[in-house]
Amino acid sequence: MRATVLVRPKHGILDPQGEAVEIALEHLGFAVSGARIGKVVDLEVEADDPEQARAQVEKMCEQLLANPLMESFEVEIHG
Amino acid sequence: MASPQPRIGVVTYPGSQDDRDALWALGALDAEAVPVWHEEQELPDLDAVVLPGGFSYGDYLRCGAIARFSPATAAVTAFADAGGLVLGICNGFQVLCEAGLLPGVLLRNESLRFVCRDVPLVVERADLPFMSRCSVGQQIVIPVKHGDGRWFAPPELVRELEANRQVVLRYGEPCNGSVDDIAGICNERGNVMGLMPHPEHAVDPLLGSADGALILASLVESARERVLALN
Repeated sequence: MRATVLVRPKHGILDPQGEAVEIALEHLGFAVSGARIGKVVDLEVEADDPEQARAQVEKMCEQLLANPLMESFEVEIHG
Repeated sequence: MASPQPRIGVVTYPGSQDDRDALWALGALDAEAVPVWHEEQELPDLDAVVLPGGFSYGDYLRCGAIARFSPATAAVTAFADAGGLVLGICNGFQVLCEAGLLPGVLLRNESLRFVCRDVPLVVERADLPFMSRCSVGQQIVIPVKHGDGRWFAPPELVRELEANRQVVLRYGEPCNGSVDDIAGICNERGNVMGLMPHPEHAVDPLLGSADGALILASLVESARERVLALN
């Protein structure tokens, strides 16, 4: 089963990369604010159903893919 | 009786860079420096361990995140749990944080720039095995070279660490945006310490400062005292 994990810097954590990208976008003439940079992890997981897949991927996030001190995560299961 | 030479291990991960300097510095400070390969399941007979700087496993995912799974890190964790002295320098500090041996995490520098220069540090603790040659309030100069050195922890955790006196070193001037200018911390028990500056690059005065020797010689001395206590 295919899964996508979105890892984001937690609210309130300074994200200098996001700030730099925001400034660059402003230089291009876009009116933007609140740019934040995270990560995407795509993976295939062996599971019988989407619930089981989600439970497994959430465990992966807790144990490795995200650091709970600074990152939040979101899991999408693509059936 | 001649004073015993303590055996201090330096772990080499794929991507470690400062392992050789650490081995050299420990040797220059009269320890027997022992290289430890990352695949070793068990540590040799050691009196202390240093995790060196570099980019272990390419710093993939997050700095230190993959090194946490190497067999040598598991052995170092067991060593620390048994009360052994463990010092993590730069990437070694990041590994210790990811492995849960030290609190917090190291994030990208606020400036987004790699900082590589001598920095003044203020000593906050001198009663640790790594700091016995320093005095509280003393300013020392040791180089940093990192892109991800901004130590971070949520405010409640920072308060807890301050209350437990786990802050060991602070930058004497802004360096990377680290919370409260924290440059080095220890665990509650005081046998594990991590710092972003590189004491192993400041042992020979020819390189501009020998203040790094204050930290490493403290470690060598403490390791030697442990050998003497056992004999």
